[in-house]
Amino acid sequence: MSAKNPEYDFKWCPGCGDFGVRRAVEFALSDRLKETEEIIENTVVVAGIGCSGNLVHLLEGPQPFGIHGIHGRSLPIAFGVKMANPDLNVLTVAGDGDFLSIGMEHIAPQATRNLDICSVVMDNGVYGLTKGQSSPTTEYGVKTSSTPYGKVESSIDPLKYYLTIGATFIASGYSSKPRDLAKLIQAGMEHAGFAVIHVQSPCTTYNDTYEILKGNAKKGIAPTIYDIPEEYDRTDRLAAEDLLNSSGIPLGIIYEDTSRPSFTAENNRVKEIVKIRDISDLLSDYDF
Amino acid sequence: MVIIVASIGSICPLKIKLIIRLILILQHVPMGGYMSKRKDFVVRFAGEGGQGVVTASEALARIASEVGYYSLTFATFPSQIMGGPTYTQARISTSPVLSPGDSLNVLVALNEEAYETHKEELAEGGIVLYDSSFTPSGNEKAIGMPFDDLAKEAGDARTANMVMMGALASLVEMPEKYLKDFIEKRFLSRGQEIVDANFRAIDLGIEKASESKFNLGELDEPNSPDYKQVMMKGNDAIALGAIRAGLNFYVGYPISPATTILLYMERNLFGDGRFVYQASSEIESINAIIGGGYAGKKSMTATAGPGFSLMSEGLGLAWMAEIPLVVVDVQRGGPATGLPTKTEQSDLFASINPAHGDVSLPVIAPGTVEECFTAGVMALNWAERYQGPVILLTEMAIAERVQNIKKPDLDNINVENRIVYEGNNGYQRYDGYELSPMPIPGKPGSYVANGSEHDSVGDTTHLPSRHVQMTERRFGKLDLLRNEDFEEEHGDSSIIVMPWGGSKGPVMEAYNKLRESGMDIGWHYTMYLNPLPEDLLNKLRSKDLVIVPELNYQGQFSSLLRSHGVKAKSITQYTGLPFKVGKLVSSITDIINESNKVVIK
Repeated sequence: MSAKNPEYDFKWCPGCGDFGVRRAVEFALSDRLKETEEIIENTVVVAGIGCSGNLVHLLEGPQPFGIHGIHGRSLPIAFGVKMANPDLNVLTVAGDGDFLSIGMEHIAPQATRNLDICSVVMDNGVYGLTKGQSSPTTEYGVKTSSTPYGKVESSIDPLKYYLTIGATFIASGYSSKPRDLAKLIQAGMEHAGFAVIHVQSPCTTYNDTYEILKGNAKKGIAPTIYDIPEEYDRTDRLAAEDLLNSSGIPLGIIYEDTSRPSFTAENNRVKEIVKIRDISDLLSDYDF
Repeated sequence: MVIIVASIGSICPLKIKLIIRLILILQHVPMGGYMSKRKDFVVRFAGEGGQGVVTASEALARIASEVGYYSLTFATFPSQIMGGPTYTQARISTSPVLSPGDSLNVLVALNEEAYETHKEELAEGGIVLYDSSFTPSGNEKAIGMPFDDLAKEAGDARTANMVMMGALASLVEMPEKYLKDFIEKRFLSRGQEIVDANFRAIDLGIEKASESKFNLGELDEPNSPDYKQVMMKGNDAIALGAIRAGLNFYVGYPISPATTILLYMERNLFGDGRFVYQASSEIESINAIIGGGYAGKKSMTATAGPGFSLMSEGLGLAWMAEIPLVVVDVQRGGPATGLPTKTEQSDLFASINPAHGDVSLPVIAPGTVEECFTAGVMALNWAERYQGPVILLTEMAIAERVQNIKKPDLDNINVENRIVYEGNNGYQRYDGYELSPMPIPGKPGSYVANGSEHDSVGDTTHLPSRHVQMTERRFGKLDLLRNEDFEEEHGDSSIIVMPWGGSKGPVMEAYNKLRESGMDIGWHYTMYLNPLPEDLLNKLRSKDLVIVPELNYQGQFSSLLRSHGVKAKSITQYTGLPFKVGKLVSSITDIINESNKVVIK
């Protein structure tokens, strides 16, 4: 919308990883439109607050519905949208601060429900929009504007966390590979259950990790990202644990469990066993 | 009544003295007196949590209602499941009941502590019905009964309540047939043995009470209304009203005293396109119903104090992004955890201004169980009409009150629905200063519902002119809500009594007493507190004095009225308990007296 909208005054910094994530979301949505009978308005993008959340305004091409809500609350809003109309395709976009710090309490409930939405987490290891404070994924010891003597907390490992709380689709992506990322997002949207796509999306201003991620042969820096080998069995939970216990950041689908019914399916099952009573029947309970 | 004389006895003008004397006479006419039969009686059941005091007062209210009396219960609990001092009260009357009753005709004391705590509130000639496990220290009329032993003697340990019912019926000469019909209706499906045990329990209660020779005077014949009735709690009435108005999306989190609404919905909100769920927190609840409202549903949650505080940010988003939803706030006492199981009217400020920034949320506060149903309908109607969040502000005393009310006529209810956008893409959802049709996801008309200040399509902007337009747009929509009903009686009087919410009943009773005594005061009341009906405000502005009895320290509603240019004064109480009529009578007299002095100056 921004290109057409002179009033909208937000910009990502040059080189921001979020540009790549935006491209990936656009690819994934446009591929979805080609492959299904859906119209674009069947998709709702629920955004958190922070640099990442602005993705909902910056999407180009056919426009889905959007909510740019409250810091940390993209998941509970998405929960409401999805259950109001389970036919909708609901996508959340949020950063590591939004999703994993203030919004942490909302991840486990969606995982235990197996809510059929897809959450894209844009992880840059820092609070960008408030100018460079430490986030849950900032490494131990790193100096930021709010940890001038080095961070004294350890960082969390989001992928291990998603696996532990029972997310049924977990993928890891990189903003500089938007085509690959788009495939992950599309698979996450198709998954009948709670899908998290965790994306390395560097912040060029406050935490430029491009070199750490992709390496630099000239400087002798080895890359930390690598593609998950094709023979990897993503339905094997123990294999996923092994993968996440080894060093480096694997890219691809880390875990997929299609055996658990989605939240929508569970709700439909309950609806079928309940006797539906109309209002006059309900009121008659109070007759005397 | 002693309080009145003590507080203003020597200083008040002759006129007031006369009025007080009249009130004293009115109050002391024995209700079951020499010439006429008793018109109502008040029973308090006091004991420990888990002893069945709630069941007892509800059973008494139900028995009485079924034969045509009017009844109302009041309950106050400790915040624990077993043990802790608990009491409930039932008032039975031949005409509609407005308040739980000031003083007790019968105190049923299940232990010594209960007796000691409540004996001061016995009316003159009141009777204590006590469990024989202790001996009352005072010299009231008292009947000791081993409730549990008598229940066992009747053949079922669970019939102790019926022993009490038998004794109570005997004291007011209520025909035992009333009780026995009730039992047959209630228990026959569980077998004749249960019925017989309950019958014996009633007989034993009657026998023991009549041995005492005490009598409260015969209760007059019931005076059945000519319309069909139902008997329900305030919270159930809200749930039913909301469902009647088309509620189809409910997400909530347990919290006293709002939990019963969640439980009602979890049992009953099923059917096509309906969704109900217990969320992981109040933050999740409010955000989930924002999502539901945005996606086209009539959405609601219910909470109380602490949960309402957690919803502040979400309410701000719903106001900003213009998303219809209803939050029921069942007020309890105090800030923070406060008094979770007591009643108060202290969330009015918080309801209107729950969030940071410029907001003024619509508030509907029902004052009776009957109004709870209407408020359930109207809160949803308002949310859809102005496209934004509405607070249904109720309170513990009504939430748990059981009352027989006129059965709502389900066919005669105006249900309002959202104006939905049905055009093509490229829609400017937030264009202009007035309410605009709302697109629903899944159909053309995509936009961003934005909590940041936004332009006409919902994109973030910081332009000063936009913030002006959008702020005025949001406040302007409140004009759609300024034309609701209000009550008026003796509107020509320059002094008005105007309660709000659950204080309506006791204040009306006090007002009636003062009118009967010759005091020239008028009455106004509305459950639409924000925005107030425009016509009502105009009337109130012309008054010399508007007296607002309310259960909070700050005098929140009178403060609101003063901000609208009304000469309002509060009578406040913050005990965690509802008003007593007698104290209101004296306080209203006091405040008028003081005001006259101000005028004379």
